[in-house]
Amino acid sequence: MSRIVAITAAAFALSTAAYAEGTCAAGKTLTEGKFTIATGNPAYYPWVLDDAPEKGEGFEAAVAYAVAAEMGFDADDVIWVRSSFDEAIQPGAKEFDVNMQQYSITPERDQVVDFSAPYYTAPMAVLVSPGATDTAPTLDALKGLKWGAVGSTTAVPKLAAIIQPDSDPLLYGDNADVNAAMSANQIDAALFDLPTALFLSAVMIEGSKVIGQFAPDQSDNPDQFGMLMEEGNPLKPCIDEALASLVESGQLAEIEAKWLQDTTGVPLIK
Amino acid sequence: MTRRERYEAQQRRRSVAIAATSTLTVIVALYILVPLAPGWAKVQQSFFNWDVLVKTFPKLIEAFRINVMIFAWSAPAIAVLGLLIALARDAKSPALFPLRIFGAAFTDIFRGVPVILTVYLIGFGIPGLGLPRPWNSPYIWGSLALILTYSAYVAEIFRSGIDSVHHSQRAAGLSLGLSERQVMRDVVLPQAIRNVVPSQMNMLIALQKDVSLLSFIGPVEIFRQAGVFKSLLANFTPYVGAAIIFLIVTVPATRYADHLLARQMRERS
Repeated sequence: MSRIVAITAAAFALSTAAYAEGTCAAGKTLTEGKFTIATGNPAYYPWVLDDAPEKGEGFEAAVAYAVAAEMGFDADDVIWVRSSFDEAIQPGAKEFDVNMQQYSITPERDQVVDFSAPYYTAPMAVLVSPGATDTAPTLDALKGLKWGAVGSTTAVPKLAAIIQPDSDPLLYGDNADVNAAMSANQIDAALFDLPTALFLSAVMIEGSKVIGQFAPDQSDNPDQFGMLMEEGNPLKPCIDEALASLVESGQLAEIEAKWLQDTTGVPLIK
Repeated sequence: MTRRERYEAQQRRRSVAIAATSTLTVIVALYILVPLAPGWAKVQQSFFNWDVLVKTFPKLIEAFRINVMIFAWSAPAIAVLGLLIALARDAKSPALFPLRIFGAAFTDIFRGVPVILTVYLIGFGIPGLGLPRPWNSPYIWGSLALILTYSAYVAEIFRSGIDSVHHSQRAAGLSLGLSERQVMRDVVLPQAIRNVVPSQMNMLIALQKDVSLLSFIGPVEIFRQAGVFKSLLANFTPYVGAAIIFLIVTVPATRYADHLLARQMRERS
């Protein structure tokens, strides 16, 4: 935390003259000198903590402030608005500069709206049944579990290639069926992308736990989240540039480690 | 050869020639016309892709062994349970009336509910009660769902077979001093079962296909395996491969059932 605050503070300090004339974003935002960001209503853990994005806590809130700082906005110049998911992906004029609520970048959506470069690549995560929550997040320990997965996802080849379980995995048609099998104790563990796994363990299967995640580059064709904006928004190059420099400086990775690994308690599987 | 026989032979030759010509025309037309359809190249690429077929076929055959396995233990259980239900429905004694009600309710319920629903409800529901492993296996409970559904159908077929044995035979048996039980076992059932063998063959063929429904609750049999390949390769050819494997098994079985049926018709006429 302290390190990120320091970095963010430093970034703010550099731009205390608030919003300088020469920045990339000048004249391109909805309200001159302000950066308007939309999020969900309500916004969920671990993306935004306590439904209060203005505190900058939670992964997306933290990324939002880091990007804003990178683009030369003060923290005070960031304005939060709320939008529904569907509202945001409809074509037409928007009430926000960018919208962050775990939008997966898809070619179909890209035809009606614009996306920034991805700020997050959803890794695969291991969800275990209530009876197997003590399993260590190591490949050796995972091998011995009875596995399930959705048959049409990349979880299947991943299981075969990386985990190589001792007994044949059971495969299902959708997430709900995997839940049912886990509730019936027919499987110990299942592979989902991390956001889905967190949701399932928090809401759907009582007592289940997400015990580990794989580094995102290991999964093929992963879900990538981007900031959504109006088609043809001139701000896009500025945001992409800001994200690129956050990636390069390692700041984005730090934010991810802080809010999606430490806070959620889901360690990387070794 | 009489004039009449000559005439009939000529007629036969003529109709064979016409049948051959029209079949050939249809095949040639299909062969020429289908590839002319604007989407044919795409369809061929995604449904009839030779490379994909060769790559996935061995794995599909391996997965088909699971179908065969489930079929192998379900079919005898269905035959036994189906026969018992049929006998329950045939119980004549007033004291056994509850048995008749049970038989009727059983066939009504399991014939009335789609197989896939039964598979879901039993396959996920009963293990959900908290059975320990391995007793909560989807193989056990999924098979039970198939067994229950199919024995309802099979019981009805057995019952029609029992009804097809004329009542006078029972009367004759009883008058010879046989008990009700002996009459059923030694007089009625041997004829009844033989009468319904062709119909039961059709049930076997249907069962063999419906085994794939167990894929919904976890087992990776041929249909699921083909689905996994479909998602991985973004190509539907594995489904065609699975269909071919099914046909290799079911076509001879269907022909055999038809043969049995035809023979039965001949014997009766």
